[in-house]
Amino acid sequence: MTDLSCLRTPLYDAHIKAGARMVPFAGWEMPVQYKAGLVTEHQTVRQKAGLFDVSHMGEIDVTGPGALALVQQVTCNDASKLQPGRGQYSALLTPEGGVIDDLIVYRRADNHFFLCVNASNATRDFEWIRSHRTGDVEVINRSDDYALLALQGPMALTILERVLGAAAIPAKRFWLTAIASEFGALLVARTGYTGEDGVEIFCEPGQAPALWARLLEVGGENILPCGLGARDTLRLEAALCLHGHEISESINPLEAGLGWIVKLDKGDFIGAEALRRIKGNETRRLVGLELTERGVAREHYRLFSGEREIGEVTSGTQTPTLGKAIAMGYVPIEFAADGTTLQVDIRGKKYGAIVVPTPFYKKT
Amino acid sequence: MNLPEDLKYSREHEWVKSDGKTATIGITDYAQERLGEIVFVELPNDGEEFEKDETFGVVESVKSVNDIYAPVSGRVIESNDPVVETPEILNEDPYAEGWLIKVELTDPRELKDLMSAKEYEAFLKEEGE
Repeated sequence: MTDLSCLRTPLYDAHIKAGARMVPFAGWEMPVQYKAGLVTEHQTVRQKAGLFDVSHMGEIDVTGPGALALVQQVTCNDASKLQPGRGQYSALLTPEGGVIDDLIVYRRADNHFFLCVNASNATRDFEWIRSHRTGDVEVINRSDDYALLALQGPMALTILERVLGAAAIPAKRFWLTAIASEFGALLVARTGYTGEDGVEIFCEPGQAPALWARLLEVGGENILPCGLGARDTLRLEAALCLHGHEISESINPLEAGLGWIVKLDKGDFIGAEALRRIKGNETRRLVGLELTERGVAREHYRLFSGEREIGEVTSGTQTPTLGKAIAMGYVPIEFAADGTTLQVDIRGKKYGAIVVPTPFYKKT
Repeated sequence: MNLPEDLKYSREHEWVKSDGKTATIGITDYAQERLGEIVFVELPNDGEEFEKDETFGVVESVKSVNDIYAPVSGRVIESNDPVVETPEILNEDPYAEGWLIKVELTDPRELKDLMSAKEYEAFLKEEGE
């Protein structure tokens, strides 16, 4: 299953050696699961710790005296609130308010922002941000300069501390620590995409195999390498949006339930005018669904209320932690209340579903 | 890889056990391992008929939806309800408890087109597995 058109991360050989099944994803050849299998990997992240190669993610530096102004212009959250060493979840919007990409904006210094973006959008994001430069600011695509390892789960910080020392642990969620280590210069962010505590570690590509191996060695029986399969079921249980599914250029952040990252009072930014008009007049909403009959709702399956087609599933799976079928999808506002009963069309047959509060899973 | 000698195999990774008139059909050990944890199984009703290579059921893992193709033509005389209730049986015991359907063969000559355990093993190797 070798795809020569795909890029490989510096951990490719480690994945093959660990028995990973590789699949093409966003132009990269990535592990979808290892020998243990998706469900075991998923549960290990919930109970102990998992290590993910997410080196396909893109990184962009925005530097110079005009850095803050540019970041404020192209993202919807308020980056002026960030002190150096802190980050925030945010989004790049079109003038119509659609989501070009979701991202994390870190402030490394007063005039230095560091953006972590989705692999499939990295080039587009970079071009988009660069095209809005005004004044004294540099935008650099750093995607080739970093590998990214996500260490996630209740035991993640313990393992991290044993490998890199307590100083490597950012004190709070979304904080970023820069440290020098035996694995070179590292950026450690207290972030993740699993609904668990943990970190994401940006490192030089050449250092990634050694750091990966050490984290697994020190973690011992409390850690497993985990693939994109588990990453997807974990983020879905945590009801985290995936670009291309819950959010896209034809979906605005308000209907996606991301109003909390839209700071309409921060001043002008791309998409602000459209969102001011939309706010309070949303017509549809992203909801969590649980199937009430045996079956699995998948992306693009149609949602019905009786005979009326009302929307579509954006992501869905049988959840490994909760043992039931869950999904997210868009429905008109009048069907968005918790407890509303709907039907999902699965291969021409309608199955019962109910709107439930999200996240489906919350760590205790 | 477990490949019982007394079964016939298809290129779509189903197995067939037949007395020449009826046949029991399931998915191979290779197929269940490839799919990973199976979470949902949809099987036809008794009396339903299908042609060779037609879809007769669906097996879903956490990650994917997979059609199951009929390795031979037939009419369903029994479906394995416990597998629908407890899909993980397919992972644990694909050749015995995890059988999917029993059919009355409409064209027993089709059995000749299936592979022996040795041939299927060679087929898997050829496919690069």
